[in-house]
Amino acid sequence: MIAFLLAQTIAITGGTVYPVSGPKIDNATVLIQGGRVTAVGTNVAIPAGATRIDATGKWVTPGLIDGAGQMGLREISAVQGTNESTLRGNEVAASFNVAEGINPASTLIPVTRIEGVTTTLAVPNGDLIWGQAVLIDLDGSTIEAMVAKSPVAMVADLSEGSKGAGGSSRAGAAQRLRRVFNDALEYARRRSDYSRAQIQQLAAPAADLDALLPVLRGQLPLIVIANRRSDIETALRIAREYKLRLILAGAAEGWEIADKIAAAGVPVLVEPMDNIPSYDALDIRYENAGLLARGGVKVSLMETQTENSRNLRQQAGNAVAYGMTWEQALRAVTLSPAEAFGVATQYGSLEPGKVANVVVWTGDPFEFSTGVEHVFIRGKEIPLRSRQTELLERYRTLPPKY
Amino acid sequence: MRHLSAALLLLGLAAGCASAGARQAGSTAPAPAQASAARGAAPDTLTSVDRPQYPSTYQRHANPPVVIRNATIMTATGQEIQGGSILFSGGRIVAVGATVDAPADAVVVDGTGKWVTPGVIDTHSHLGVYAAPSTAAESDGNEATNPVTAEVWAEHSVWPQDPQIPLAIAGGVTTIEVLPGSANLIGGRSAILKLVPARSVQEMKFPGAHYGLKMACGENPKRVYQNRGPSTRMGNMAGYREAFIQAEQYRRRWDKWNKDRTGDAPQRDLKLESLAEVLRGNMFVQNHCYRADEMVQMLDLAHEFGFKIRSFHHAVEAYKIADILAREGTAVSVWADWWGFKEEAMDGIHENAALVQQAGGRPVIHSDDASGIQRLNQEAAKAMYYGRRSGIQVTRDQALRWFTANPAWVLGLDSIVGTLEPGKMADVVVWSADPLSVYARALQVYNDGWLVYDRNDPAHQPKTDFSIGRQP
Repeated sequence: MIAFLLAQTIAITGGTVYPVSGPKIDNATVLIQGGRVTAVGTNVAIPAGATRIDATGKWVTPGLIDGAGQMGLREISAVQGTNESTLRGNEVAASFNVAEGINPASTLIPVTRIEGVTTTLAVPNGDLIWGQAVLIDLDGSTIEAMVAKSPVAMVADLSEGSKGAGGSSRAGAAQRLRRVFNDALEYARRRSDYSRAQIQQLAAPAADLDALLPVLRGQLPLIVIANRRSDIETALRIAREYKLRLILAGAAEGWEIADKIAAAGVPVLVEPMDNIPSYDALDIRYENAGLLARGGVKVSLMETQTENSRNLRQQAGNAVAYGMTWEQALRAVTLSPAEAFGVATQYGSLEPGKVANVVVWTGDPFEFSTGVEHVFIRGKEIPLRSRQTELLERYRTLPPKY
Repeated sequence: MRHLSAALLLLGLAAGCASAGARQAGSTAPAPAQASAARGAAPDTLTSVDRPQYPSTYQRHANPPVVIRNATIMTATGQEIQGGSILFSGGRIVAVGATVDAPADAVVVDGTGKWVTPGVIDTHSHLGVYAAPSTAAESDGNEATNPVTAEVWAEHSVWPQDPQIPLAIAGGVTTIEVLPGSANLIGGRSAILKLVPARSVQEMKFPGAHYGLKMACGENPKRVYQNRGPSTRMGNMAGYREAFIQAEQYRRRWDKWNKDRTGDAPQRDLKLESLAEVLRGNMFVQNHCYRADEMVQMLDLAHEFGFKIRSFHHAVEAYKIADILAREGTAVSVWADWWGFKEEAMDGIHENAALVQQAGGRPVIHSDDASGIQRLNQEAAKAMYYGRRSGIQVTRDQALRWFTANPAWVLGLDSIVGTLEPGKMADVVVWSADPLSVYARALQVYNDGWLVYDRNDPAHQPKTDFSIGRQP
């Protein structure tokens, strides 16, 4: 459960508030009490003793949510000892939950949150079934204090990257995924046979099959990495067959079949600035996010480079430059990912009852000219300091201040 | 999330590509007229051979005069002209100003609400040598078979049909330096290219441009050669020194023969030929180097052998030695915000370029990346605004120069490209909005006066051979 020990009453006044759940409100107050947003509007009674934050001339939005990356799981990509995201040698790692690999002391966390990203996914990495992703708020001295939801999704790969687990074939990967799903269902029906060893060998250990049952019951979303149009269609097909709560990630060629994705009601996570063709996605293009949104798809944006998760707002700005509306893009980094991950009752907008992840910006959050003035995570104001701001202060004038 | 599955692979590739180089300061850039005349010309007189070597066959594309009217023109010479006009003809900028007379046959472009800048220049690209799609078959950037491969030339790897090239053009890029990767201490010669559709790299080679020599510090060479050496940073230093000691002798032998012309010419050695050109100041050292302390070591190396490092590349810790870099006259080609992907990149900060500028140095925003090269204007904007918010004074013109005039200097081409001034090559970008805004897109890109890209006209959106005939 989320702890709100340090939370207090804060009134952010006078700003232009973008609740995301509704139209912007000029000269509005956002009231935070007990770590939650308790009121938003132009007619909010501010309790005596509240800490007032003057946001006149500023923009106020929900904290940004990056539905990607290995925040807390990866300190230095090239240093293997600091990487916790992969359960090696396990192609069907469904029972692998990354939460206990998260390092709350990671230097990446302050670097990221002071740029307005308050919540991220921590995603496992792997072969066919990567494991369980968790959603974390970027504040807290313990793993328990950071975790917003665990697991928040199962992660599987049907892109080129999964072929190794499918005998070097996309068809093999899809068929293996079905075998695992079928065996999980079989296992669920015949647990007693399994414990008496009166069942043929299953496609994965019991722990992994067990972990898949919430996915197969439609309780836990399944994020599937798929970029080629035909792989996206395979993911949609498998999701139909097993009645899964599918989230597509990558979806580089999704713009070609936006209508099908929209009809299936499947949300997608896309990275707008990723437009370099590969054999996994020859038709990748800058306009993907905009075309998907125009086609009625529920689009969330992501920045997959963990150390630069802070560039989520640049991703959003580019999505606008290449076809999304500004309002769609803001939703795609706040409420839409919250909805996709099933946490929209708590995250993604400024509404009474929501977790008070709030950012005060000097202007349009997507513009380079805009800076962050205040960040609140669960109602607690975050000091705008990181290892990088400390380096700046040390070397601002030379010789440095040792 | 394709990056999630590919992240480690890409990381390895990025690390493998990260490279640097520096050029010899004091070399004089060819004047525009010389540059045009240099087409197919013999190399500099002091080289060890007097035969033409893979000459540029670049030819300016015939095109009518163009006048862009009523735009905001950022010249990269300190001016931002509201409602200004620019005329170019015959591949040269003719006039820039509030009012410009144009000949009757000039194509008139309405620049209302648009911005105009010089063409974008990237000092650090691997386009063509690490082509897309990324496969082993197209991985031609690192001759990782020996720590010193000064004998290889990037141009011999460049694939002009790399589908990443049109993407970079659509980002306003008109000139690039293609470098070998950073696996090696000395990775080979760079290729300096006009970014235009072409059948061969020779048709892209910037006429008269000085070659760069790619050198690399730190983690990459010692990782790649950990079993045979160098396996340490001190091993790296010994490797550079050994190579330049050989080059000094080679240079002496050839300089003597060039002067006396008696007896048999010394035997050519391609590796030492490149290094001797660095010692003569004819080739510019472009030096991949992240850490401040290593950059200082490399400056000492340059002093030992009497060459200049033209630019450090990546240089995420340049801000720690900004005073020394300014004093040395060495530019830094940096990212706005890459950090943390490897140990030597841990101390990268947003204010790096701004602090180098403040100290009187010469910052360049480079890409080292087929994605980032499409948005060098955005990266410069990011670096400028972070600097400003930290109280470091950076002007819009300075930030513009980070991806135009300063990289032109790093390539020794600053008298030819990099600003909008009469006489300069007509490399011109028309932007939909302020180029320092995230929402700006390049609408038109002129390279040497040729409309090489027009966002609103499919007839001017070049596609590579690779990209045609594929059905979405």
